[in-house]
Amino acid sequence: MRGAKIAVVFVYILFLMLPIYWLLNMSFKTTNEILGGFSWYPQEFTLESYKTIFTDSTWYNGYLNSLSYVLMNTVISVSLALPAAYAFSRYRFLGDKHLFFWLLSNRMAPPAVFVLPFVELYSALNLFDTPLAVALAHCLFNVPLAVWILEGFMSGVPREVDETAYIDGYSFPRFFIKIFMPLIAAGIGVTAFFCFMFSWVEMLLAKNLTSVAAKPIVAVMTRTASTAGYELGLLAAAGALTLIPGVVVIWFVRKHIAKGFALGRV
Amino acid sequence: MITKTVNQKAWFLVLPVLLIVALNAVIPLMTVVNYSVQDTFSPGVFFFEGTKWYKEVLSSPRFHGALGRQFLYTAIILAIEIPLGVLVALAMPRKGPWVSACLVLMALPLLIPWNVVGAMWNIFALPDIGLLGYGLNWLGFDYNYTQQPVSAWMTVILMDVWHWTSLVVLLAYAGLSSIPDAYYQAAKIDGASAFAVFRYIQLPKMKRVLIIALLLRFMDSFMVYTEPFVLTGGGPGNSTTFLSIDLVKAAIGEFNLGIAAAMSILYFLMTLLVCWVFYTAMMRGEES
Repeated sequence: MRGAKIAVVFVYILFLMLPIYWLLNMSFKTTNEILGGFSWYPQEFTLESYKTIFTDSTWYNGYLNSLSYVLMNTVISVSLALPAAYAFSRYRFLGDKHLFFWLLSNRMAPPAVFVLPFVELYSALNLFDTPLAVALAHCLFNVPLAVWILEGFMSGVPREVDETAYIDGYSFPRFFIKIFMPLIAAGIGVTAFFCFMFSWVEMLLAKNLTSVAAKPIVAVMTRTASTAGYELGLLAAAGALTLIPGVVVIWFVRKHIAKGFALGRV
Repeated sequence: MITKTVNQKAWFLVLPVLLIVALNAVIPLMTVVNYSVQDTFSPGVFFFEGTKWYKEVLSSPRFHGALGRQFLYTAIILAIEIPLGVLVALAMPRKGPWVSACLVLMALPLLIPWNVVGAMWNIFALPDIGLLGYGLNWLGFDYNYTQQPVSAWMTVILMDVWHWTSLVVLLAYAGLSSIPDAYYQAAKIDGASAFAVFRYIQLPKMKRVLIIALLLRFMDSFMVYTEPFVLTGGGPGNSTTFLSIDLVKAAIGEFNLGIAAAMSILYFLMTLLVCWVFYTAMMRGEES
C-alpha cells in the first residue's frame, strides 16, 4: 500500500519533470546538434543560447518589461484590495453580496473577449505600449482574486482585535497599518504570490497591449519563433529562464501555499 | 463566524477596487456590446444592425464547430484531471520532510508562462527530436501532431493535464490535511476498509475544495487560448480551434468586429451562466 502510494507520487512528479528536462536539454545544445537528431543529453554542451539572450537588448529588455508590469500589478492589486477585503469581511452594506459576485465574475471573463476593447481603451488613455497599461489590464482578474483571498484571511482574525484597538484610541489607518496588517502578513504574502503568478503567466493581453517599447518576454518569444525561422535552442533557453521567477517566489511561500489553496480561493 | 455590523461607509473602502475593475470591465464590455449591434464601412461611421451578427454567429457552422470542440475538450480534461488529482493527493504523505519538496515541484507547472508551456510541449512532442514524439514513434505509433488531428488532440490534452492537474492536487491535498488524525484512528478501531475511509471521511471533507477545483478548471479550460495556440495554432486544419482561438482569429486576424463582438457576448454569457450555477450550488452546499 505504502509502496503503491510512493510510486504514484513518483510517477506523477516524473511526468511533470520530463518536459522541463527536455527544455533544459535543448537549451544547452548547439543548433547543429538539435537539427542532427534525437539525443538524451547535450553531446556538445554549450551556453551559446544563454549568451545571446544576455547580450541582446531585445531579449533581456523583454524580461525587464515583464518583471516591471508584474511587480506594478502586484503592488496595485494588493494595496487596492486590502481596504476592500476589510470592508467585505467586517461590514454589511447595501449591495455587498451582488458586488462580491460581480467582482468574481470578472475572474471568469475570457481575456479573448476583452483584447480588442482593451487596445482601444488604453490607446485612448495614451498608455498603449507601456508596462502600466498591462499592469492595469491584469487588474481585471487579479484585483477580484486578491479581494477574495484576503477576505478569507481577514475573516480569520477575531473582531475583538479591532474593537480593542479602537478603544485604545487608534485611528482606522493607524490601526490598519500598525496592528491589522502584521496579523495577516501570511495572507498578504499568499495574495501577492497569486497576483504575481497570474500576471506572470498571462500572454494574450500582455502581447496585444504592447508593440515595441514595452514588449514583454512572452511576446519576444512568439515573434522570434515566427520570424527568425526555428531557433529551437534560443527558444528553449528563453523558456528555461522564465522558470526562474516562479521558482523564487514559490520558494518564499512554500510554507503557506497549502493554506492559501486550503482557503480554496484561487 | 464573524457577525458583521451594517455600515454604509464601508463603500468608501470598496470604491478604489470598484473604480479599477469598472475601468477594465464595464467600458470594454460596453464597447463589445456596441460593436455587436453595429456595422461599419469606414472608420468612425457606424450604423445600427440589431441582432444581425448574433443570428449570423448562431447559425454559422464555424461557431458550432468551435463550440463543440470547446465542450469536448473541457469534458475530457475535467474527466482526467479531477480523478487523477484526487488520486495523487491521496497518495501524498501527510507529514514529513518530503511534503514541502513535493508541493514545490508539483506547483512548478502552474508558474510557467502559458506560451512557454506551449513552446515547451512543442519541443517535447516533435516527432523527430522531441522525447514524447520520438518515443511514441519508436514504440510503433504513427504520431505527428502537426499533421494528424488525433495526435494534435492527444498532445493538447496531455499538455493541459501536465499543466493543471497540480492545481487539483494542491486543492484536494489542502482539503485532506484539514482532517484531524482522530478521524483516522476512529476508522481504524472500527476496522473500516481503505475504501470506506475514502468514501465516508476523505471525500466529504474534500467536497468543498473539489467543487472549487471543478469550477476553476471549467472556467480556465473554457477560456483556454495561449497553450493550444502556441502548440498547434488551432490546426491541423481547424481541429484544435477552440472558442478563444476562433474569437481572436475573427477579431484580430480578420478584423471582423461585429461577428467577433457577438461571439464575445455569447461566450461571456455562457461562462457566466455555468459559473453562476456552480457558485449557487457551492453556496447551498456550504449552508447545509
